[in-house]
Amino acid sequence: MFGIYLKRELGRRKKAALVIALGLALGIALVITVNSVSAGMTQAQDKVLKSLYGLGTDMTVTKAQSAPKAGSSQGPNFKFDAKSSSKTTQSSDRVMTQGGQALASSLVTKVAAQKGVAEAVGAITLNVTKVDGSFTQGKAQSSTSGSSQQQGGPGGGTGSSSGGQPQVQGGGANFSVNSYSVAGIDVTNQDLGPLATSKITSGKTFTASQTDAKVAVISKSYAKSKKYKVGSTFKISGTKFTVIGIATPDSSESTTDVFIPLKQAQTLGDSKNKVTTIYVKATDSKQISTVKKTIQKNISGTTVTTSADLASTVSGSLSTASNLATSVGKWLSIAVLAAAFLVAALLTSSAVSRRVREFGTLKALGWPSRKVTRQVVGESMVNGLIGGGLGIALGLAAAYAVTAISPKLTAQLGNTGGGGGMGGGPGGGGPGQQSASSTMEIALSAPVSLTTIALAVGLAVTGGLIAGAMGGWRASRMRPADALRSVS
Amino acid sequence: MYRLTGVTKRYTRGKETVEALRGIDLTIEDGDQLVIQGPTGGGKSTLLQMIGGLDRPTEGSVELDGVDLARISETKLTRVRAENIGIIFQSFNLIPTLTAQENVETALVPLGVKPAERRERAAEALRSVGLGERLGHAPAELSGGQQQRVAIARALVKKPKVLLADEPTGNLDEGTRDDIMALLEGLWREHGLTFIMVTHDSSIARRAPRLATIKAGQLTVTEQQPSYGGQQQYAQYGNQGGY
Repeated sequence: MFGIYLKRELGRRKKAALVIALGLALGIALVITVNSVSAGMTQAQDKVLKSLYGLGTDMTVTKAQSAPKAGSSQGPNFKFDAKSSSKTTQSSDRVMTQGGQALASSLVTKVAAQKGVAEAVGAITLNVTKVDGSFTQGKAQSSTSGSSQQQGGPGGGTGSSSGGQPQVQGGGANFSVNSYSVAGIDVTNQDLGPLATSKITSGKTFTASQTDAKVAVISKSYAKSKKYKVGSTFKISGTKFTVIGIATPDSSESTTDVFIPLKQAQTLGDSKNKVTTIYVKATDSKQISTVKKTIQKNISGTTVTTSADLASTVSGSLSTASNLATSVGKWLSIAVLAAAFLVAALLTSSAVSRRVREFGTLKALGWPSRKVTRQVVGESMVNGLIGGGLGIALGLAAAYAVTAISPKLTAQLGNTGGGGGMGGGPGGGGPGQQSASSTMEIALSAPVSLTTIALAVGLAVTGGLIAGAMGGWRASRMRPADALRSVS
Repeated sequence: MYRLTGVTKRYTRGKETVEALRGIDLTIEDGDQLVIQGPTGGGKSTLLQMIGGLDRPTEGSVELDGVDLARISETKLTRVRAENIGIIFQSFNLIPTLTAQENVETALVPLGVKPAERRERAAEALRSVGLGERLGHAPAELSGGQQQRVAIARALVKKPKVLLADEPTGNLDEGTRDDIMALLEGLWREHGLTFIMVTHDSSIARRAPRLATIKAGQLTVTEQQPSYGGQQQYAQYGNQGGY
């Protein structure tokens, strides 16, 4: 009787049932969408962080930033010869360790020995600024007619002289500046460190024996811009490297252009037995904060940065969208759900009020209150489940649409040296210690997890129960004498 | 047997207190037929609610076979209604979404009768009121008289000791009214029920062997000879079955 009665009543009140179900569906769909978009944001942030850290890296250790000493400002210094011949192309590379401060290589072993550390590798990051160009000599001309012409020195423009002195005309300089980043990596352990975030899509990666070889793996985007291929050669500060592989980063953009063996990078950066970053993997991802404390306690003068620390430095549209999803989205979902629950409860209660005589009759026939209540709650539960089903379908469709559209979000990674924002531009002590501010573009997806679906079903049941409880409570309070009322 | 002693019912509406029943004393023997008549608002339906255990008096007692319906718990009172009292309403009070058979089955649900037996007994009850061919019809597909027959079948399917009817012919035309009254009289005679009916119809009231007139909450009971035909008179309208 319960099932038949329930089915017939829902069939009779299709419109009201549909309104209740749609209200719940809207709320549930919103919860699914917000949840899945939030999950997508988290994934995007993870991608951003991994691109910087490397897959499997739980934290990095860098040298604690110290204030620059007075008069120690080291801006880029380029030296060019004042050659006599005109239009001679000159080139000069300025190689600086990123952050300007490095750790001793021996600390890698020390960090690896700390409790809770599974493995640690060192890497050095260099910023190379290459200046190419030539000077054109100016020519000296006498202001009087028939005077002889004299060549001016480099950098000469138009000189002026009086009293028949020769004037320098023409000449100048034409230089282009090109900056790129170079990472010196431990080729014996490439699973941890800067190259771990990329896949070799052309050529091959380093072998363990190439610890001091003049070979390089370059990022796909850098290779494209420079038209390098596997086998191409290029120079860094006079040292010739051969490209052995092209690496495509897992995320859309890499922060490193060139990867070379650590020793070569140390030589180029004049940082023998130094590293700028130690990449650390913890034995247990749940113990990261403990390991961080241990390292900071046992190895002084270092800054330990975890992915959680780094996440707080992510800004840009990804951060804005993430904040929107977690704040506005969450509260909007709660508001819509609360409204849906309220509407469902009021409509159910109203439906019960219209069925006073019906429930009164059942009570007069001897139906106990619990049976009448069960009937009302049962109808509400079915409404809730229909709403849940519709909501899940709507939510999945919305999440699918977000994934299909894949809106692009930008993420800016701020300086994370931990030294209180000491990063600066060239000439101001070098960029931040851990990483210079970099911008990445991430495609947003909206993955729907089973937990989210379970949450939706739970909400549907809750909505049904709330509405049913309200209606059931009203029904249970009805008197059998109400059956004699003439309302219909 | 019913024994009502000093039954008073007061309702409070805002600041005003209305006394619907004033110290009613009434005894109804098993198998009796009692018709309650009176003007609108006189308290007839309120008295029927007290007798049927649908409401409780403010003062006094309503004893059915020695059990005071005014004092027992709600659970027990519900059980008494489910087992012993069949009720017929003026507006039939059928569940519009259920078929005739399912409507009759609703009276057996609180008794815990198994579905198969429930269906069988409901079908038999409907056949006994002449609706054996209408088991699967919804109330909207039945005439007023047929709907009231379904309601009668629902009231009697559980074989109650007491049959209460609140203006059972109030919404029916004259011809149908006589059919329904004949049916009720026949069933009363056949099953030896205690039959208590509220009506404002004087022609029906005159047929009853015992007439209770209620006015302003006070009751006067009159023993009377049926004015025409008596119980035999109803037989001419035809007993619709052997239920």
